[in-house]
Order: sequence, then C-alpha cells, then structure tokens
Amino acid sequence: MSIQESLQKRILVIDGAMGTMIQRHKLTEEDYRGERFAKWHCDVKGNNDLLCITQPSIITGIHLQYLEAGADIIETNTFSSTTIAMADYDMQEFAYELNVAAAKCVKDAIQQYKSKHPNSTEKYIAGSIGPLNKTLSLSPDVNNPGFRAVTFDEVVVAYTEQIKGLVDGGVDVILIETIFDTLNAKAAIFATKEFFRKNQIPELPIMISGTITDASGRTLSGQTLEAFYTSIEHAKPLSVGLNCALGAQEMRSHIEELSQIATCYTSAYPNAGLPNAMGQYDEAPHQTAHFIEEWAKNQFVNIVGGCCGTTPEHIKHMADNVRHITPRPLPILEPSI
Amino acid sequence: MIHIKPYLRLAGLEPLVIRPETNFVNVGERTNVTGSKKFARLIRENKYEEALSVARQQVESGAQIIDVNMDDALLEGVSAMTTFLNLLQSEPDIARIPIMIDSSKFEIIEAGLKCVQGKCIVNSISMKEGEAKFIEQAYICKAYGAAVIVMAFDEKGQADTKDRKIEICTRAYKILVEQVGFAPQDIIFDPNIFAVATGIEEHNNYAVDFIEATRVIKQNMPLAKVSGGVSNVSFSFRGNDAVREAIHAVFLYHAIKAGMDMGIVNAGQLEVYDQIEHTLRQLCEDVILNQNNDNNQATEALIQYADDVKAKGQDGGKAAEDNSTKMAWRNTSVEERLAHSLVNGITDFIDADTEEARLKYSEPLEVIEGPLMAGMNKVGDLFGSGKMFLPQVVKSARVMKKSVAVLTPFIEAEKERKKLLSINPNGPSAGPAKILLATVKGDVHDIGKNIVGVVLGCNGYEIIDLGVMVPADKILAEAEKHQVDIIGLSGLITPSLDEMVHIAKEMKRRGIQIPLMIGGATTSRMHTAVKIAPEYGNGVIHVLDASRSVTVAGSLLNKDQRALFLKELEEGYAQLKLEFDNKKTVKQFTPYKDAVKNKVVMDWSSFEAPTPKFTGNKGIELNDLSVLVEYIDWKPFFIAWELHGNFPAILTDEVVGEVASKLYQDATTLLNTIVKEKWLTAKGAVGFWPASANDDDVTLLNGEQKVDLHFLRQQSKKAAGQPNYSLADFICPATENKKDYLGAFAVTIHGIEKHIKAFEANLDDYNKIILQALADRLAEAFAEYLHAKTRQEYWGYVSNEALTNDDLISEKYVGIRPAPGYPACPDHTEKYSLFELLDAEKHTGITLTESLAMYPASSVCGWYFANPQSQYFGLGKIQQDQVEDYAQRKQKSLEYITRWLQPVID
Repeated sequence: MSIQESLQKRILVIDGAMGTMIQRHKLTEEDYRGERFAKWHCDVKGNNDLLCITQPSIITGIHLQYLEAGADIIETNTFSSTTIAMADYDMQEFAYELNVAAAKCVKDAIQQYKSKHPNSTEKYIAGSIGPLNKTLSLSPDVNNPGFRAVTFDEVVVAYTEQIKGLVDGGVDVILIETIFDTLNAKAAIFATKEFFRKNQIPELPIMISGTITDASGRTLSGQTLEAFYTSIEHAKPLSVGLNCALGAQEMRSHIEELSQIATCYTSAYPNAGLPNAMGQYDEAPHQTAHFIEEWAKNQFVNIVGGCCGTTPEHIKHMADNVRHITPRPLPILEPSI
Repeated sequence: MIHIKPYLRLAGLEPLVIRPETNFVNVGERTNVTGSKKFARLIRENKYEEALSVARQQVESGAQIIDVNMDDALLEGVSAMTTFLNLLQSEPDIARIPIMIDSSKFEIIEAGLKCVQGKCIVNSISMKEGEAKFIEQAYICKAYGAAVIVMAFDEKGQADTKDRKIEICTRAYKILVEQVGFAPQDIIFDPNIFAVATGIEEHNNYAVDFIEATRVIKQNMPLAKVSGGVSNVSFSFRGNDAVREAIHAVFLYHAIKAGMDMGIVNAGQLEVYDQIEHTLRQLCEDVILNQNNDNNQATEALIQYADDVKAKGQDGGKAAEDNSTKMAWRNTSVEERLAHSLVNGITDFIDADTEEARLKYSEPLEVIEGPLMAGMNKVGDLFGSGKMFLPQVVKSARVMKKSVAVLTPFIEAEKERKKLLSINPNGPSAGPAKILLATVKGDVHDIGKNIVGVVLGCNGYEIIDLGVMVPADKILAEAEKHQVDIIGLSGLITPSLDEMVHIAKEMKRRGIQIPLMIGGATTSRMHTAVKIAPEYGNGVIHVLDASRSVTVAGSLLNKDQRALFLKELEEGYAQLKLEFDNKKTVKQFTPYKDAVKNKVVMDWSSFEAPTPKFTGNKGIELNDLSVLVEYIDWKPFFIAWELHGNFPAILTDEVVGEVASKLYQDATTLLNTIVKEKWLTAKGAVGFWPASANDDDVTLLNGEQKVDLHFLRQQSKKAAGQPNYSLADFICPATENKKDYLGAFAVTIHGIEKHIKAFEANLDDYNKIILQALADRLAEAFAEYLHAKTRQEYWGYVSNEALTNDDLISEKYVGIRPAPGYPACPDHTEKYSLFELLDAEKHTGITLTESLAMYPASSVCGWYFANPQSQYFGLGKIQQDQVEDYAQRKQKSLEYITRWLQPVID
C-alpha cells in the first residue's frame, strides 16, 4: 500500500529521536571509529550518522525499537550526511556511502520486524535531509550582512549527492526537515526535483518540515509560518509540518494555523517539551501523547511523531492514542476565486 | 471542511495573498537601474547601503512588491543582483515584502532566485526566442518556486494590438499549464503598455488595446493575473510629471476596472483619479480611451495643456537670465537648430528638436533625408575644406546618432504600416550605400577602423561593422548577405597584410564585383599595389586615413566617376609595382655569412654585466594608474585623431590648436575619471635571465632549462666601418665566458570592454574612441614606467637617472626595449618564447592570436637589453640565405619561416 493510500485511511506515526537513543549506548571514540576508521586523522565521536557504517547493528536496533513501538515511518539516520556537514569530520567523501548505509539499516530493521509480525501494516522509509550547518539567507559575519558562507549552487550539489545515496539505498520518501532557513530548503527542493527530472526516475514524494524557533512564530531566517509555506508550496509536497525547537504545547497554535492553509497533508513531531536547566527533555511519554491526541481529534494533523528527547515510549503512547482517530481530510481546492 | 482558493500567493518574510478585494498591487519601480538614475549611480559606485534606502523608501511609500533590476551595461548584472539581494535579506523592514526579479537576461534572473527565500516573481519570460527556450525557463522558474510574468512577445514580435496580445497570452497559458505544469494563478501576463499621444495615429489606440486585451484575458483565464509597466504609457510627456501622473491615474482607473491586478509604478507618486483637476482628467480620458481623437485632436489638446503647465512652472525661473546671445540659435527654425547642433556637436537639445522636426514633416524618414542630412553635409564640407577636424566630426556623428535613435521607432512603425498596406517600405530608391568594415583575422586593433566607420557614417553611408578578428569567410558571407557596396579591411600588425591578400584572392574566387578598401597602420600604398591589387580585378584601393575614405568611397560609388577613378588608380599602382620591381635589382646585399662577420664591435674584455635583482619572472599589477599619467606620450594620441604635430605645441597650433585643446581637455577629463574610478587595471610581467650569445642566437638560462632566442641581422651592403646590426650583438658571446643578462616584459591594460559597451549604448563614439586611444597610451606609458623601474631598480644598471618624459620619448635612456614584430626583430613568432619565459598569459592575461597580435589590444611587450652600446635599428630587407639559415636555427620549415618573414624578405 502506498504512503498516499495509508494517509487517506489513518494518521501515520513517524519515529522519535535518534540522538537521544544513541546517547543511551554511551559510545566511546573507539566505538564511533569502528575498525574501518580506527586510524582516522581526527576525532569522530558525535558523528552519529557515521554509526550507520561503523555500528550498523546499534542503528538498526534503534529503528527496530521504534517499529515495535508502533511507528509507521522510520527516518534514516542521515541528518548530517552531506558533504557540507561532514566537513566537520573531514568525511565529505563518505557522504554518498553514509546515505546508502543508513537506508540499509532501516531496511534491515523493517525486514526483522516483518518477519516477527507477518501481518503488520506497511512501513515506510523516510530519507532524512537536514538543514546544514551553513545558511543561505544569513551572514555569519555581523559586520558584513551581504556575506554568505556558502552558495545556492554548492548547497544544491551537496544535497543532490545525498539524495542520490538515499534513492539508491531505497527510501520511500524524501524528508526535508528541521528547516530554519527556507532558502536552504528551497535548494533541497530544487536538488530533489532536478535529480528526478534529470535521471528520469519517477519522483518520490517529498515531506517538508519547518522549524519555528521561538515565540515570535517565525523561522530563524525571519519568515512567518504562512510565508514559509508559500515559499515551499511549489515542491507539491506530500506533507508539510513542523518539528523541533518547540514542545507540543508551544507548537500547537502554529500547527493549527498550518492545518488551515496547507493544501497537502500536515505533520508534527515536536520535542519532548522544552529542555530543562540541565539541557534534558523531561516531558513524560503520556504527556506528549496527550497533546498530540488533542491535535488529532481537532484534525490538525495527518502524521505525528517526536523530535529531540522523545523515545520509543513516547511513540508508543502516541501511536496508541491516535490509532482510531479519523485523520485530517485534505482541504478542498476550489477551482475558482 | 477547509476550502482553499487558488489565489496568487507570494512571500517575503511575510505573505502577500492577492485576493479579489486586494484591489491593485503596487510594484515599486525605483530599485531599477534602467529607470532610476539615482539608484543606478549608487549601484555603480558600490554604495549598496544607500541603494537599500531607495528600496526602503519604496516600501514606506506603499509598495507591496519591489522590482529589482540591474540591467546596465556598466554593471556585472549577476554579481550586482546577488550583492543587492543578499544585503536586502538582512533588512527585515524591506525583506518583508516579495521581490520581483527583473532582467532581460535570464542568468541574472536565476542569480536573483538563488538569493531569496521567499516566493518571488520573475520579470519576465516570453516566447520571443521560441517555445523551447520559454519552456526551459519556465521549468527553472518553477523549480525555484517563483511566479512568472509572461510578456506578450513571441517569435513574430511584441504584441501591440488587442488580438495579438490575447493570442500570445492564450498560447503561453496553454503551454505553461498543460506542458510545464505551472499553477495558473502563478502566471502573470504583461500584455505590453505602449506610449500613447506620440503624434502617430497608430499609437493612439495602444491604451485601449491594453485595456480591452486585459478584459478578455481575465475572462478567459480568470486565475491568471495582468500586470504592466505603467509609466510607459505617458512616455511622450517625459519631463512633465504632473501630466504624467494624471495619465497614469486615468489609465489605471480603466485598466483596473478591466481586470489589471498589479503594475510597476513609482509607489510614492500615484495621483488619485478623483483628485485630478477636471480639465486635465477629461483630456487624459480622451487620450487613454482614444476618444474625440480624430486627427490627433485629443493628443494635441493634451500636449497644449502640458505645455501650458510647463510654461507656468517655469515662470520666475532663471531662464531669462541665461546669456541670451549664446542661446540665440535656439530661436531659429528647427532645421537651423538641428544643423547648429550637428556642426557644434551639441546633444542637449537634440531629442526635443528631432521630435519637433518629426511632427513638422510628414514622415520621420524625411527628417533624416532633409534637415539632418543637410546638417551633416555641412559637417562634411567643413571637414573636407579643413575647417573642421576629426574630433569634431566624431562629436557631430554622436549628435546624428542620437537624433536617428529618436526617429528609429517611428520609422519602423511607418515601415510596418506600409507593409500592411503592401507598399514597398524602402520606396523606389534603394536606400543608402552600404560599406562593410572589419579588422582581419588575427588582428585586434580597431581604433582607426572605428574612426573610418564614424566618418563614413556621417557622410550618409550605412556601416556594417563586423568588429575585430573577423575571418575571411565571415567577411565575404556578410558582404553578400547585406549586398554591400564596398568592403573595407583594417589591420595594424604585419601578418594582417597576408590576410588581406588572402581575402582579395577569396573575393576573386567567389566572383565578387565590389571594390575593396585597405587601411590601417601596417598597410601602405606600395604593399597594396604590389601584393593585394594584382589578386583582385574589381578595384583595390589603399586609403591613407579616415578623411580620405570619404572621397574614395564617393568616387567608387559614383557611376560616372567610378570607371575613370579605378583606371587612374590601376595605372598608378602599375607604375608603383614597376618601380618596386626595378628597385629590387638595384639594392645591394651582403651574403649572410659576411654580414655575421661584420657584427658590431664591442669591447668585451673590460665588460662587466650589472646583475638584476632577481632572475626568472614576476607579475606586476597596478590598480592606481595615476603613476602612469606622467609617462603618457600624447603625440600618437593626436595622430590617432589625424591631428599631426608635436605635443604640447599642437595645443597652440594656429590651425588645429583649438580643436586639439578641446580634445585634450576631453581626454584628460576622461583620463581623470578612469584613474579615479579605477576603470582600468594595468597588468604586467617582467623577467631577467642569464644570457650568452652565439652569433645571432642568444641562449638564456631559465632555471635549469636552456631557451634559445633567434635574431635577424641586417644584410644590406654597408659603408666601410659600418656594422650589420643584430640585437644578438648586444649580448656577451659565450666564448667570452662572462656573465650577461637579457630581460623581457609584457604589459597590458584590462577592463576597457564594459566601458566601450556603455559608450556604444549611449551612441557616444567620441568618448569610445578617446577611451580606446587612451588605453593604448596607458599601455605604452606602463611599458615606459616599467622600463624606468627596470633601469633603476630591478636591473639597476643606472643609478640617479634624471630624464624628463620628453627625454624618454626621444629614447635618451640607456639600454633598449625592442619588441618582436617591430623593425629590429620583425619575427613575431619570437613572442612565443617571450610569453613562455614571462609566464605572460598567467601574469597579465594577454593572449596571442593566430597572427600573434596581443589581446587585449592595448598591450606592449619586448626584450630588455642593458648594454650601454645597445641601440635601436631597422633590419631592412634580408635575403634567402639568411632565411634558410634562420629556418634551420629555429628548426622550422622554410615555408613557415618564409610566411612569417614575408614583409622583410627581399
């Protein structure tokens, strides 16, 4: 069953945090390096995406936990698997390989899950495309507001390589997420559209998820939510939504607004509340799930899940709470003004 | 259940949704370099911060979208667009509204799209260059998520009638929606707003055409939008803002009612329809709706009203105090005023006077054939009789061009009209004679050719200028295509002579009938007579300078004179050829071997070479050209303008002093601008290498590598005690076992092209030619400067040198800097070695053409000889024995060497 068909029938659940789960393994520098990068010339601890190559069983294991919790969509562990972001570890050359490997981890997890649950519903792999550590709309130099650390063309090249890896690895959806600069997202959309057009491959659906950074209700690059949606609408996305930065409580009004203006499906995967003084997320699974349930009942959302701080427990509560709620119907597009 | 309507939705930092109740959307027009002088100046001067304030002012005045245009010949459009938009993104009070990226160049549009996070409008794309390009550009706009303005323009041209506007917009809509998958609401049509009240009846309905087309477009394609550049409509009232604003308001009132959604306007300057003074409003209504307008009645009435408004506005002004005698010519008839402007090179009034003449004559072409040609004939007469000089003629040409530019659209419209009426647009006469001009393949110099073009253009000929480095095939194909009456070839370097011979042969082979004019510094009457004329039987004429091109062209194109003229020419050339053939046998030569023995006698025993500061090469770049100014040799500058004489004496010359002074003044003004605004960059390379001579070869040590240079030796028989010179004589022979060095340099001036283009766009040949000539002078000055620096510092073989610029010009310095291809060493191919030794291409960006001309054209290169006994000389003719020896030394085929040395082989 295609993801479009599933979305017509029910609310789909996307998985929760990857970083939070990796932290539980308390991995050392050596663990991150694995055998292959034992002699790598710089530290790689913290390069979570690298684990798809060096510790694939750990990543597959985390995916499996989310599947067991009830997630329908599993994100690849590729938030930073671009040449630009990997430059932090001097690992640009592995960008493509990381994406292929990450897709394989999800595939393996789904295979294991299905062999245990032969009658399960369809599971989908979302190829995660993160926002990059360099932005196209903002100058890193306060004294030179016209300066840009990276160009649109460079970003397109980096994303294109990532997309190629994800597609070759076999993902079902391209997920452009945690967008705090819309121009970066537009470059990702441009790269995606051009990749499929040039290679004459049928286009995979695109999911888009922006990030409202604070109470101003704007993205980091200054756009209001509606301006953001207008600026990415040309992607003709499968879904548009919000994730990260805010907990469910703070995200509510924005997701409500989005549900009114988006012509496509909507998604929301907030953090487990706001971080506490120690930088930790302490919203309990049932609390988060409670907010999400209310959104579902109000027909704000079609896809729900969790971002930073959420765990398989959070996802399990959500999945249980939204399972029988009718999803938000697609708005009616009027033919005339 | 949520319902979503298909509105056009745009976004900056905030959304802009265009709903039916939105009424009219103002697009701010002042951040456009083609429309706002102030904005253009700020961008050109790199004052982007201030330019942002223009944008801010638009937003504050109520612009809901801001149009940004960087189409200016003086600007790098892509980088200007990128810089401005990047900066704009950091100003939230401006960036909050959507951006309209406006350019006629798609690459600039795309550059803009890469800078803006919001949803933009692209202004514009069209089917001007066919469907395929239109579709591709639409796909790209779609991939960036932009709405597009589609101009009503197709392969056949820009739509002016209601039906054409509708036809093109409908076709574009179908392609965009069905083929490209564009959302209909993201399509905005610009069905072209053209000027009304121009005095031409055909234009009277332009506003109605737009309004009615808009009505139909909006009915048939209700999701699409209609936009337009509003200020066009009142173009004929330039300078009268009150009337223009009233016209705009009335136009918009009707266009908006018909469905116009948005328009590019000066957001701060929109008059309210109801508040327009009643009479004016009624007049505007008539003009816009083309009513009560038989025989241009409405137009006339509005013009009359506008004049009254203007006159009132100027009351109490200072106009009266203008020194009236100086301006007395303004009170004469329009014909006299045009003639005055032409003869005196005044452009200030030419637009208005031309317009007045156009309205006075029944057809615009008559203005050219009548008063303008009369004025130019006067210029031609004065020039012919020595009462006017080239710089003045070029200025006259500038006036003429500007006047013709005003008339051209009307002439074109007239042609269209006649075409529709099936009248031959050119009438019974065949139009002016056409002359094709080109600098031949391998050569890049074109100052002289440009001057000839201007002068001939002034004399009523249509000039087709193919530019520089034009291959024979293209010259002849274009000549046939345009059915030209004369071909003119130009060249400055010696290999161009062969190319001209080649072209003459080709003309014969292709059975061309028209005459061939030959010009340029390297050409001569003798060479033309001996080498070119025999190859082509339909007339080959050497033209000494621009002034003479007029009489030559006149004689060639006059049916009665032509035969006689060519016959006399042929006889003259035959005589020359005969003299040449006879002379040949008279001249006495020394066998090469003996000539080598008769080398310059030097005292090498006491010789000690000065050591250069460094060996190998290095690059030198000057951004501040002020140091070069004092090194400029002005004499060749005046010669380029056919003003012969020494500088500065020429400035006070009895005959040409006044003209020369004015030219000098204009040139120094431009030179100051060039230096101050850093228009040009000087790039150079200099190098020194250990050297030893072996007869006529000089071996350099370039690092570990040996590089052989080859020189030629004079072979004419010398009087006793006089040596046969070779440059190799000035380098210490290897047999002496002493250290010696040889140097080399190459310099060039970069950056002229965009300014040339700007002058061309402004129809300003005068400043264009001054600029070209100045660039040449600066390159020479740079060579002089570098030589001085070499003598005093890099090589340091003279201390405390105290030479004036005059001393430098008369070559009073120690050591020489001869250039390959010039008299002492005429083999151009040695430039290959020179360039390699210097890494000249890398350091200076100079490239060598196949004829070994240097590009950019303003470039100089040469060898440095430091020996106090070294001196300039001319090689003269050489004989076959030396040619063969030289070929062997260079390890090249005899044929190759013969070709390159042709001009010096006896």
